[in-house]
Amino acid sequence: MVSRAAVPGESPGADGDLRLERVTKRFGSFTAVDDISLSIPQGSFFALLGASGCGKTTTLRMVSGLEDPTQGRIYLGQREVTDLKPYKRPVNTVFQNYALFPHLDIFENVAFGLRRRGVKDVRGQVEQMLELVELGHLARRKPAQLSGGQQQRVAVARALINQPQVLLLDEPLGALDLKLRRQMQIELKRIQTEVGLTFVHVTHDQEEAMTMADTIAVMNAGRIEQLGSPAQLYENPASTFVANFLGQSNLISGEVTGKDGDVITLDAQGRRLTLPVARARVEAGRIIAGVRPEKVSLALDESAIPAGHNVLTGGVVSDASFIGVSTQYLVKMPWGPEVGCEEMSVFEQNTGREIHRPGTPVLLHWHPAQTFGLDGSQDLDAGADLDDEAAA
Amino acid sequence: MSAASSSPLSGPRTAAAPAAEPRTAAGRRGRGPVEWIRAHVLATTSVLVFVFLLAPNVVMFVMSFNAPIGRYNYIWHQFSADAWRHPCAVGDICQHMGLSLEIGVVAMIGSTVLGTMAAFAMSRHRFRARPMVNTLLFLPMAAPEIIMGATLLTLFFTTIGSGSMGFWTIVIGHIMFCLSYVVVTVKSRLAGMDPTLENAAQDLYATPLQTFMKVTLPLVAPGIMAAALLSFALSVDDYIVTKYTAGDQITFPLYVYGAVQRSVPTQIDVIGSMMMLVTMTGIMAMLVVSRVRARRR
Repeated sequence: MVSRAAVPGESPGADGDLRLERVTKRFGSFTAVDDISLSIPQGSFFALLGASGCGKTTTLRMVSGLEDPTQGRIYLGQREVTDLKPYKRPVNTVFQNYALFPHLDIFENVAFGLRRRGVKDVRGQVEQMLELVELGHLARRKPAQLSGGQQQRVAVARALINQPQVLLLDEPLGALDLKLRRQMQIELKRIQTEVGLTFVHVTHDQEEAMTMADTIAVMNAGRIEQLGSPAQLYENPASTFVANFLGQSNLISGEVTGKDGDVITLDAQGRRLTLPVARARVEAGRIIAGVRPEKVSLALDESAIPAGHNVLTGGVVSDASFIGVSTQYLVKMPWGPEVGCEEMSVFEQNTGREIHRPGTPVLLHWHPAQTFGLDGSQDLDAGADLDDEAAA
Repeated sequence: MSAASSSPLSGPRTAAAPAAEPRTAAGRRGRGPVEWIRAHVLATTSVLVFVFLLAPNVVMFVMSFNAPIGRYNYIWHQFSADAWRHPCAVGDICQHMGLSLEIGVVAMIGSTVLGTMAAFAMSRHRFRARPMVNTLLFLPMAAPEIIMGATLLTLFFTTIGSGSMGFWTIVIGHIMFCLSYVVVTVKSRLAGMDPTLENAAQDLYATPLQTFMKVTLPLVAPGIMAAALLSFALSVDDYIVTKYTAGDQITFPLYVYGAVQRSVPTQIDVIGSMMMLVTMTGIMAMLVVSRVRARRR
């Protein structure tokens, strides 16, 4: 599944795959979506992840037909739908604000699509669908009389009842509070597994994308930065943007000094680090070495560090927050922003380890296999602020 | 509180005591007339507003049961239901009323249809003449009616001549000034409508026509209804524009105005009361229906 998604435009077009071929959308001089190619396998849960304004919603609207691409083609299976009107596409959308019809009750809202397609007996199907989202008892209420979570479920039911080939979800959980959002994430995933439809989910919430999707496409400035499973994206980000946007990363830039078998050695301001060739995006020249905070350990002296580990010296704990399962440290490093993160993040599991107070000089170390390598010409901070924004 | 009073020596009570004192003082002061008005400002204002709005109607209703001495129904003499029994007995009063109602209905339909279409065009499309059209539509509301009337007279006089003026020239004049009110009312309703609702309808297999009929129109309908009623009311009671465009036709307002010079028959109050009663019954019915609907849920 994943490998097929990773080779855009080349799949033979299985019956229900959704394919975008070199799709571009411009609004005047602004390019919202820039030459995107995607192949989303039938039955998968696909997430388009990115900060606001990255083009993810525009991409979704082009799939639903509410927006026409400036260039490129869109296929559903073998059929080209690029110029098909929205009401002729076997695609339905769950809108960000739900867009329930305020003048119709819940039953009629859900029945709307069936009636437009001339289905005579809608009662059975509507009741069944309302049962699926556990709202059967509210069929005769108006949308305004429902809570946010209930409205959200009506919006899902109203789209799903048409058994579309693809269900599009445009930040459907954005308006809900955290607890309800968690609950609805599980609910949506359950429904998707149950009905087996292709779900394309647009979100700015990286945690939401990771929890729900089989495949995630990280979008930035109208382009796809990287596409893969949540684990692939997290463990092997392709760019500093992905490394910073999806979770946190400690990044240090350096120069490749040698390659020995499947290990690359690099020099970062006199410090020698190693990483596996398989996880490096470049094998020569400038490189950025990255490691996730939970992979790093702290030590007070060299003797406590296992042989062969990557070691960074000269750090001083600047902040330690105890959050129960782990302790999250910020360690001030003896270098400027041109070398790497001035403060490294370290998450240590609370397995009886000593908690280091701020001001303690420490050594950072981790297994070389946990290191990933990125092209050294990138901005170290790309995507970092956006993540804070999205989390807020 | 009760716990504090049961143990008079405890700390909380001494703290609460000074707070209780001003309250009794305020209660004592509350007996003065100024304080009483201050406490009943809302009620007083409401009553005054109702009196202000209802008094003319009540006077009209009462006087419709009067048997006046002479031709002027100005002074209460004695009760009589004669005028109610024969509302059309004075001259051609009912024909004039009929003409007004007819013009009202035609002007209402014309201005509502045109105004609704204009409102959609104005709020959905950006075209070059849009600012100009906007100004033109606003003009009848801003310009003095008497100027409009005089101008219309000049226009009709020089184009079709005074002999051809009548029903249709009145209708045209009425549509002209009703149009602005319709556009304003419908436009504000459209502005309040969530545009994604139409997207959602299209996404759910509704063709553009179905989207309009099943989603847009039902949602804008209250605005259109209000605009229609407003146009009807404006048309039926218009005097000035009608006066200049009527030719030899006499609508109800023209008749009343003319009659006052010679006599004020009780029937004028009867017809006025009837219109008020019909309106109030309609509003009541709508309220009852919406209450019943709300309770059924």
